[in-house]
Amino acid sequence: MQSAKIVVKNLYKVFGDKPADVMRMLKSGAHKDEIFKQTGSVVGVNDVSFSVQEGEIFVLMGLSGSGKSTLIRLINRLMDPTDGQIILDGQDITKLNAKQLVELRRRDMSMVFQSFALMPHRSVLDNAAFGLEIAGVERKAREARGMEVLEQVGLAAFAHKYPHELSGGMQQRVGLVRALAVNPSLMLMDEAFSALDPLKRSEMQDILLQLQREQRRTIFFVSHDLEEALRIGTRIAIMEGGRLVQVGTPQEIIENPADDYVRNFFKSVDTSRYLQAKDLIEVDNPPYSGNPGLHVPPSCSLPDVLQQLLGQSEPLQVRDDQGQCLGLITPSSVLSKISRHRLQSSATH
Amino acid sequence: MADISTQDMLPIGDWVNQIIHFMLDHNAGAFDAIGNAIDWFATMVEFLLLGIPPLLMGAIFAGVGMWRLGWKFALFVCAALGLIWATGFWGQTVATLALTLSATCVSLLLGVPVGIWCARNKLVGMLVRPILDFMQTMPAFVYLIPAAMFFGLGRVPGILATVVFAVPPAVRLTSLGIRMVNKEQVEAGHAFGCTSWQLLFKVQLPIALPSIMAGVNQTIMMALSMVIIASMVGAGGLGNDVLASIQRLDVGLGFESGLAVVLLAIILDRITESFGHTPTTRAAEQGS
Repeated sequence: MQSAKIVVKNLYKVFGDKPADVMRMLKSGAHKDEIFKQTGSVVGVNDVSFSVQEGEIFVLMGLSGSGKSTLIRLINRLMDPTDGQIILDGQDITKLNAKQLVELRRRDMSMVFQSFALMPHRSVLDNAAFGLEIAGVERKAREARGMEVLEQVGLAAFAHKYPHELSGGMQQRVGLVRALAVNPSLMLMDEAFSALDPLKRSEMQDILLQLQREQRRTIFFVSHDLEEALRIGTRIAIMEGGRLVQVGTPQEIIENPADDYVRNFFKSVDTSRYLQAKDLIEVDNPPYSGNPGLHVPPSCSLPDVLQQLLGQSEPLQVRDDQGQCLGLITPSSVLSKISRHRLQSSATH
Repeated sequence: MADISTQDMLPIGDWVNQIIHFMLDHNAGAFDAIGNAIDWFATMVEFLLLGIPPLLMGAIFAGVGMWRLGWKFALFVCAALGLIWATGFWGQTVATLALTLSATCVSLLLGVPVGIWCARNKLVGMLVRPILDFMQTMPAFVYLIPAAMFFGLGRVPGILATVVFAVPPAVRLTSLGIRMVNKEQVEAGHAFGCTSWQLLFKVQLPIALPSIMAGVNQTIMMALSMVIIASMVGAGGLGNDVLASIQRLDVGLGFESGLAVVLLAIILDRITESFGHTPTTRAAEQGS
């Protein structure tokens, strides 16, 4: 069982002059729209609780104004929460004083920004080593570490260039290197790839997944792009109007969207692409006594399942790690599942 | 002295007179100390600049012009300084340059920290802004009166009146530059664990540098225009010749000395302006 890296409990963020009054109204059940009308205060994050597991990529999704950018900034306390707890590695970080906070940010976490937020007066290498420099690591050591990470993302040749001499995709790779160089156990990524064109975006997603395979870190990733969330997310949380609507694995959310808001995200996305073997199992599972030659793991992707199934008269067995048979996949179970997804996405158009 | 203002409903003028006299009576020692420090500094600067032979000074300016702006500007510098030398205003021009540089140094020493403070503290910013408006729009001559009363005649009141006039752009453009630093760049500083000082010196000031340099440029230009006026309290330099030309209605002298001021202004302006556009700061201007 994985342990929780972050546990967020009943977190609130109120923007306005009298947050204490607003908190009282919220706790007595007032709606945020009423509160805005009466007090002019905006409830950015409204009673949010969730936990992020060690080593997962947790993607927070929502439309603009849903509070996701606020929520990510509460986690490293770029903004101070109005109420609630954020427990990181067992420590409630909402209680830290300024000095402890500086220590925490230097040691345990780093952040990647939508606008890259590189320092224009620093070379690529000096940008890469920025976090280490701030933490007081001496020049030789920090530059060596900076170069090492630049090499990992293929930017070593640009170490002595300046950010404005690089393309957007390369600039964000520097942003990623800057965040990785401090070797954080938690990386916060705020719409990190949203400013890039689709091709560069998927390239960056690949780099991130590759880095994650080499060394697992906990990543808290904010995005408004469902395809991105489905592609990189271990789990996805969906936020609307300051509240969490649903948290689950990509498959859980595709299979059982909590409400129309969540369903709306799938409008333009062909969700059947993200189906896995375990989602394709025959519903009325007839007992099968035969011995099919082929079996696949539950997380096998749809294209792979189709390939296995082609030219095969026997159904496909889905087996878990222990070799236990979870069910069977037949051509008709696959077809019915895909058609159901297609209908769903076209119905919402 | 109070003949005119006793007729007023609101004798602000009287109050100001009383305040000034009170300060004169009770803080003379402090004014003497400030005056002596500034006098010493300005004398040093002038002594150093006058110690440089004209040819070497010309070469230095031409060299800097060449480095920052290319050979065309270097050529202009040579011609301009040659003209000043040939019209016989070299000594006065160097004296004016010394006054300008002294006043600029004092202005920046005050203006940049205040600008930083204004950018970081909303309340301070709100309080300082009207004071800056006052300093900039109050007719410059008016400062000369109390300055002369506090510090006597000579270089010191001239420099101080100039400082009052030249500080506002340094404050404003420093503050503006820091406030214009991209929000996410400041967040990045915080997110990587910057202390308040680290944020200032490693993020805000370097990114604000083009704006701060524009402030330096403006301060120098304001100072140059004011040190000419400050000749009325005996600050010396080219201002003396301008003043003499007015008193004697000597258009020729006025033109010659005025031309020296203009040429000096152009040289200082172009050179200081160029420091706001280094290759690395250009990216900041483009907003990357």
